[in-house]
Amino acid sequence: MRYSLFNVIVNGLTKNRFAERAWRDPEPKPEYDVLVIGGGGHGLATAYYLAKNHGITNVAVLEKGWIGSGNAGRNTTIFRSNYLLPGNEPFYEHSVKLWEGLEQELNYNVMASQRGIVNLIHSDAQRDVYVRRGNAMRLAGADSELLDAAQVRTLLPFLDYDNARFPIKGGLLQARAGTARHDGVVWGFARAADKLGVDILQNREVTGFTRGPDGAVTGVETPRGTIKAKKIALAVAGSSSRLASKLGLRLPIESLVMQAFVSEAIKPLIPGVFTFGAGHFYISQSDKGGLVFGGDLDGYNSYAQRGNLPVIEDVLEGGVALMPLLGRLRLLRQWAGLCDMSMDGSPIIDIGPLPNLYLNAGWSYGGFKATPASGWCFAHTIARDEPHPLTKAMRLDRFRTGHVIDEKGVGAQPNLH
Amino acid sequence: MLIPCPYCGARDAEEFSYRGDATPVRPDAAAPDAAEQFHDYVYLRDNPAGAFRELWYHSAGCRRWVEVERDTLTHAITATRFAAEGRRA
Repeated sequence: MRYSLFNVIVNGLTKNRFAERAWRDPEPKPEYDVLVIGGGGHGLATAYYLAKNHGITNVAVLEKGWIGSGNAGRNTTIFRSNYLLPGNEPFYEHSVKLWEGLEQELNYNVMASQRGIVNLIHSDAQRDVYVRRGNAMRLAGADSELLDAAQVRTLLPFLDYDNARFPIKGGLLQARAGTARHDGVVWGFARAADKLGVDILQNREVTGFTRGPDGAVTGVETPRGTIKAKKIALAVAGSSSRLASKLGLRLPIESLVMQAFVSEAIKPLIPGVFTFGAGHFYISQSDKGGLVFGGDLDGYNSYAQRGNLPVIEDVLEGGVALMPLLGRLRLLRQWAGLCDMSMDGSPIIDIGPLPNLYLNAGWSYGGFKATPASGWCFAHTIARDEPHPLTKAMRLDRFRTGHVIDEKGVGAQPNLH
Repeated sequence: MLIPCPYCGARDAEEFSYRGDATPVRPDAAAPDAAEQFHDYVYLRDNPAGAFRELWYHSAGCRRWVEVERDTLTHAITATRFAAEGRRA
């Protein structure tokens, strides 16, 4: 069924008695052309673009829980392409372009809203850095605009502009950045992939792999049986090392948790997203009215999917210092997601490192914005057995050859990226 | 999270700086395959979900390096020792 206004009215009047489920719940076939492990945004987008762009429809997506139960439901829903390095920026700009047409593409309301992002500037040195970044963005075809303090004040009048330590001197604006509905994105990709014949298999955790005599990966074992596949693609974010260890692989990844927060709902206040890089704080407002914000990683390796209090205190201190009215609001919820922090803070999309295996990992804490382009480029990599031109720099062997993409320049220390 | 420092006793984790995995050992730079060994040492990690040996620096305390055995699923700490002792173990 194609969603439309007519459809909404009919299903509304008939109280959804005749509504179809959004995607099937099929029994797995014995063998697939491509098996994508991980039913998050990246895995579902990969399956969708395999079917849409490459005509490969004998595809299954395996998810250990339910669609939307992992990081797809734990992020802060921002998309943007304000990166610096040439290995990253064109890829993220392609992602923003895909976000711009995603609703029409998927026939699903992902609530993508280009409300803009402002990175605040507090010193001359920081302005230099953001001028450079803004120019790098423009060189890759993205939009960027340097704002002075008065322009920032027009956009965000409620900030503390005369803070003694961090006075606001301006900002870097990317007007085409924005937010989207996180669940809508995975539901939309799942439904659109299913319509093209992809099997979405929920509640099937991969417990092991079957291997051929040459070491090639030939299938996966789940508690409900073995599934064979010609190609197997890993897109499991924070669990990448856990699955890779079942194949005897070690990855340049450490898993850490990052917390996010939402306040009680208030009337529209924040027009877009803004970031306080100097104080480790960023915030936006959801369409429901809650202020959605976050800050730094909990700085040590963890698979706990929960955070600790010191980081909560640190994030809230940063927020209240910049935006004093935040102190009058009540915190509604707090949660944490598992981040696959790579050794240079940039992602890995590659063929291998074993025959029939494809790897999509290391998104660190920035995977949501990459969802459509990650699927686009990973599908290309799987279908054609060659890297997509936009992800040529994101290969696994960059750590061996020294071509790391270290946006922050902190070296192989994942908790600092 | 409280980390039992072998010198200072149980202290808030905020007093410590985090280094990470305690198991990689710096390879011999003169080895014929030193480049490969250094790649493994600098970049590749076991990243286990469960028991983990890691290094913390007690920067706001005794300023000693401490090796902590911690469960990455529960954050429960089972043992701590000075890093130099851990290296000898």
